[in-house]
Amino acid sequence: MIVVVLPAHLRALAGVKGDVEVEVDGPVTRRSILDAVEARYPMLRGTIRDHVAGERRPLLRFFACGEDVTHDSPDAPLPQPIASGSEPFYIIGAIAGG
Amino acid sequence: MSNVRLLVGTRKGAFILSSDGKREKWNVSGPHFAGWEIYHLKGSSADPNRLYASQSSGWFGQIIQRSDDGGKTWFQPGTPAGTPMTTPEGMPMGESNKFVYDTSVETGKPLLTHQWYDGTPHPWEFKRVWHLEPSLHDPDTVYAGVEDAALFRSTNGGQTWEELSGLRGHGTGSQWQPGAGGMCLHTILLDPANRDRIVIAISAAGAFRTDDGGATWKPVNRGLHSQYIPDPTAEIGHCVHHIAMNPSRPNILFMQKHWDVMRSDDAGDSWREVSGNLPSDFGFVVDVHAHEPETIYVVPIKSDSEHYPPDGKLRVYRSRSGGNEWEALTNGLPQENCYVNVLRDAMSVDSLDSCGLYFGTTGGQVYGSADAGDTWAPIVRDLPPVLSVEVQTLK
Repeated sequence: MIVVVLPAHLRALAGVKGDVEVEVDGPVTRRSILDAVEARYPMLRGTIRDHVAGERRPLLRFFACGEDVTHDSPDAPLPQPIASGSEPFYIIGAIAGG
Repeated sequence: MSNVRLLVGTRKGAFILSSDGKREKWNVSGPHFAGWEIYHLKGSSADPNRLYASQSSGWFGQIIQRSDDGGKTWFQPGTPAGTPMTTPEGMPMGESNKFVYDTSVETGKPLLTHQWYDGTPHPWEFKRVWHLEPSLHDPDTVYAGVEDAALFRSTNGGQTWEELSGLRGHGTGSQWQPGAGGMCLHTILLDPANRDRIVIAISAAGAFRTDDGGATWKPVNRGLHSQYIPDPTAEIGHCVHHIAMNPSRPNILFMQKHWDVMRSDDAGDSWREVSGNLPSDFGFVVDVHAHEPETIYVVPIKSDSEHYPPDGKLRVYRSRSGGNEWEALTNGLPQENCYVNVLRDAMSVDSLDSCGLYFGTTGGQVYGSADAGDTWAPIVRDLPPVLSVEVQTLK
């Protein structure tokens, strides 16, 4: 089970209180995690990745095991602690404005 | 006894203000969608419990919300409770938030760019829904005016959206330019006497009209004069801020332009200025009395660079003669040190016998008048900046 930490606004939108857990078949990558999150919480579709192009929204970043993986390939394998669920995958809204 | 319900969109959520017909005591519900920008929410006149809301965020994009119980509960219509959360193939749903420009060859006009501020071509990019206009006849049909400017329609209660691409593709779309607030389609007027007629307005392209239900469109800007564009009387390029009509006389339109208050007696075919003795004819809102179609309201703003009332006095101006002759309405409104703005969708009128008038400010106040503007009182004072105010008169 993979643990995903969502920004507060997306937790509210998905109707969850804390972190979310998803199953991923096959390689654990950013794309496969986001596919799984969107499958389980379809109301989040389009909020993390653009509806049309599927691109990351500009003010969102992704972190895994303390590393910024925002600009890595969406198909790059993520570290084993993410795949095993011992470390969460972070989706973070960039700090902007007040 | 009738009731009124105000639907207030703000920078940080939506609020619903309810009162009985006296409009003296108000119940405040909210914030709904706390922390999100709510550009607009509006109820269906065919089913007043059906509400639509535009929820958006610079981080997370556009969400469409719907309520079927007058705002008590909300859901995204693409994922209604009790329906499958994914397609049989396992693909996620959530289609209600998806606004895709029509670039198909079938339309004959796959339009890819408009003009940027500097006149260079710029790709059409969806940013947000500015205005939601439910059909007058069918609660499941609703129109959405979006940025970058286009008109979308849903016929299934907001589950999915299709562009009425004849508007962007009618011929001038590649020349449209954004206004200071972005290139937004912010006004949608549905003609109660003619189902095929819709008037829309875009900053800073102008007003456009269809007479065939949205298939074909034409600019309706003759008579507008804008000194900030190379040809002040051009067919397009005018920064229309808002247009209003009284449903009993849909051919008569009133416009607050960037500068100038305008009037048309022929559904937009021609316009004439009715700014008259206003202290400034810059502003954003314009509205019409529910029962007196020649009684109109504006809130003058000092200038395009100083978005607050002249002299620090918040004054609604009323004309009982369809324009030109205006009187200041000040009773109950702050008359010193007031430097708020009133944005284009932030004024509304109810249809009770004594017409009620409401507006919200960027300072978070919502003011109400139960006597057509003669006296005012704040309903709430400390909301986030108000983006829109719509009122429902409930029997």
